[in-house]
Amino acid sequence: MKTKIMLTGNKAAAWGARMAGVEYVPAFPITPQTEIIETLAKWFADGTLQGKFTNMDSEHSMFMAAGSAGATGVRVFTASSSQGILHGMESLYTISGWRTPMVIVNVSRALATPITLEPDHNDVMSTRDCGLIQLHAETCQEVFDFILMGYRIAEDPEVCLPVLVNMDGFYLSFTREPVLIPDEEAVRNFLPLYTVTQPVFQASRPMARASAVFGGATYTSFKLQQELASRSAEKCFNQTAQEFEKYFGRLYEPVEAFHLDDAEYVFVMSNSFATKGKSAVMKLRRQGIKAGLLKLRLFRPFPSEAIASALGGHAKVAVIDQNLAPGMGGITYPEIVTSLYDREDRPEKILSVIGGLGGKDIEDQDFMAIIEHLDKPDMQTPLYLYDEGDASGFSRLQQIAKLKEALS
Amino acid sequence: MKVLTRAHKKIKDLHPHEAIAPGTGLCAGCGGLEGLRLGLKELDDDFLICNAAGCFTLLSVYPFTPLQGSWLYTTMGGPVPAAQGVRDALDIRMRYRGLEEKENLQVIVVAGDGSSNDIGFGATSAAIHRGLDFIYFCYDNEAYGNTGFQLSAASPYGGATQTTPRTDEHEAGTEVNKKDLFEIWKAQKPVYLATVSPREPIDLSNKFARANELKGPRMFICMSPCPTGWGFEPKEAQLIAKLAVDTGIFPIKEYFEGEVVHTVRPRKRLPVEKFLERQKRFRHLFEPHRQEETIRQIQNRVDDYWRQYE
Repeated sequence: MKTKIMLTGNKAAAWGARMAGVEYVPAFPITPQTEIIETLAKWFADGTLQGKFTNMDSEHSMFMAAGSAGATGVRVFTASSSQGILHGMESLYTISGWRTPMVIVNVSRALATPITLEPDHNDVMSTRDCGLIQLHAETCQEVFDFILMGYRIAEDPEVCLPVLVNMDGFYLSFTREPVLIPDEEAVRNFLPLYTVTQPVFQASRPMARASAVFGGATYTSFKLQQELASRSAEKCFNQTAQEFEKYFGRLYEPVEAFHLDDAEYVFVMSNSFATKGKSAVMKLRRQGIKAGLLKLRLFRPFPSEAIASALGGHAKVAVIDQNLAPGMGGITYPEIVTSLYDREDRPEKILSVIGGLGGKDIEDQDFMAIIEHLDKPDMQTPLYLYDEGDASGFSRLQQIAKLKEALS
Repeated sequence: MKVLTRAHKKIKDLHPHEAIAPGTGLCAGCGGLEGLRLGLKELDDDFLICNAAGCFTLLSVYPFTPLQGSWLYTTMGGPVPAAQGVRDALDIRMRYRGLEEKENLQVIVVAGDGSSNDIGFGATSAAIHRGLDFIYFCYDNEAYGNTGFQLSAASPYGGATQTTPRTDEHEAGTEVNKKDLFEIWKAQKPVYLATVSPREPIDLSNKFARANELKGPRMFICMSPCPTGWGFEPKEAQLIAKLAVDTGIFPIKEYFEGEVVHTVRPRKRLPVEKFLERQKRFRHLFEPHRQEETIRQIQNRVDDYWRQYE
C-alpha cells in the first residue's frame, strides 16, 4: 500500500531518509535546508527512527562525521546548503576520497557576496569536482525517489561514493506537492536495510585508511580509481532506475526529454526551474514555435553520451545556467558543448544563458527572448537574463538610499 | 570521589607491548612520538586514531602503517568530528545491529598544537560540549612543525619561528604568550585532562591507564621537544624534556573531578635559561647580546604560575 501526501521538498527529503532507514544523521542548520534536519531530529527523538542524530558544530565537522560514520558501517544521511557547502568543502573532497557511501541533500541557495537566501546553483556547482555523484531533482517526488535510488548507487561496491541530491531552495524546498510514499515493505525490497560489503572500522579488522602518499603516480592511482568509480555510476544509475521502475512504476533516465522529438529550439535546464521551462515550451508550441526541453538529472557522472544523443539533430539549443563563473559564464555550458563537439549532427547554435541568479524568476518572456536571440544571425553568447526593468529597479533602490541620506 | 589507582611505580612496570612499530617517517628524537608510544601501551590494541594534518600524518604512508590498531587521516581541522562519527557509528551498530562489544574501538585523536589550538580548536570544544567518548592526544611542539616551524597559538613568548623571526624591530621573536589550552579545556570540564612529558614515563603511563578506565572526553597535552624546530640534537630530546619540567616551564598536572593536581613537581625550579639556552629558537635571547628583559619576562611568567600553587 502506498500513500500520497502533500509534502514540501524538505519534508520529502526527510521522508526519503526515513524510508531509506538511515541510522545516522550528523546535522547543522542552514536556511533553506533546516526543515529537513528538524524533521529527522524529531523522528530520532521519538523513536520513529533507530540510530543517532548528532548536532554538529559546523558543516565542516558535519561532513567529517558523516564520512567517518560511513567508514564505520552505518547508513548516513545529512543535508546542507550554500555557505554550508562551501564551509564543508574540504570535508566533501576528503570523504569522497574515503569512498564512503552516504546521501547528502543540498538545498540550493545562492552564495555570498552579497548574502541572500534564494536559490541558484553556484553552491552545488562548487561541488562539481569533489567526486560526489549528483542527482538534480525537479519535483518533491524526485527528491524522495532520488534519495532511495541514491543509497543504492552510493552503496554499490563498484561506486562507493557519496551521492548528493540537489533541489532548489524556496521554489521546491518550501513548495508542497503530492508525493507518493511507498509502504515500507516495497521500499525494503528495493533498498534493504544496510549491510556492509566494504571493510569498515571495527576491532577485528584493523586498517589504515586515507594514509598519506608520496609521489604523483601513487596519488594518480587513487584518483583514477575514484574516476572509474564515478564513471561506473552512470551504468549503476541506469540499472538502479530500471529496478526502481519495476517496484514503483516511475522511470528516471539520466536526462529527461520534454517535447524534444521535433523541437527546433531546445532549452537545457535542471532542477525546479525546468518546470517553468516546460510550461514555456507548451505555450510556445501553442504559438506554433517548435520548442522542447532537455532536463539534466544525473549531473555527476556527466552523461555526455545521453546529452549528445538528445541534443544532436536539433538546430538551436540554449543552455540555461542558473549559476555564474565570472569571467567565463555558465558552468554547465562548456560541458554540454564538449559533449557535442565530435558529433556531425551537433546543433548549429548553442547559446549560453545566465539566469535565475539569487532566485530571480525566469518568466515566459525570458524564454521568448531566448528564442529571439537564437534567431539573430549575429547571436552573441552568453545572454544574461537581466533587462532594463531590472536595471531601473536597482537604480530605484539606490535612489531611495540617496534620498534618505539627503534627509538625515 | 572515585579513586583511581596508580598502576605503575617504576619503569620496569611498563608494558613491554608496543602498539607502534619503530621505523616511521617521523624525525629522530621526536618527543611527541615517544609520548604516544608510551600512552598506547596502556590501551589495548583495539583503537582507531583519527589524525589531523601535521607531523604525525607521516606515521602512515601508503601502503604502510606502524600501528597495531586502525588509522584514519582526516583534515587539519577535522579529526575530532571524524572521531565523533566513528564513535556514533560503533554505538549505533552495538546498540541496534548486534555488533559485539569485543568489536568496539577506543577512539583517539592525534593532533598537533596547531590543529589543537587553532584550526581544530572550535570543533574540539564542540566535542567536549557533546561529551564525546574519546581520547585526545595533542603533541605540543609549540609551532607548525611539519611545515617548517611557523607560529601557532602554542608558540612561546621569546621564541623565534619562521613567521615570527627575531629582528631588530622584534627582538623577542614571538611577542605573544602561549595559549593556555589546559585552562581553556578545563573550563569545559572534560572527564579527564592531563599534561604529560615523555621524560616522565611513569606519570604519563599512569595517566593513560587512568584515562583508559574512564568514559567521555579525555584530553592530553604532551610536551613534545622537536629537534628540527627547536634546534637541538636528537640525542638531547630527553634532556630538553627534563629541563622543561625542571624549570617549571611545562607543568605536569591533571584535572579530574574538579581538581587540578601537579603530579610531578620540580623540587627546586631551575632558572628558565637552562631550558632556553640549549635551543636555537631561543638563541637570540643570548646572542649577540643577552636580552635580560625578555628572559626576565619568561622567568616571571613561570614564577607567577607556580606562586598560585605554593
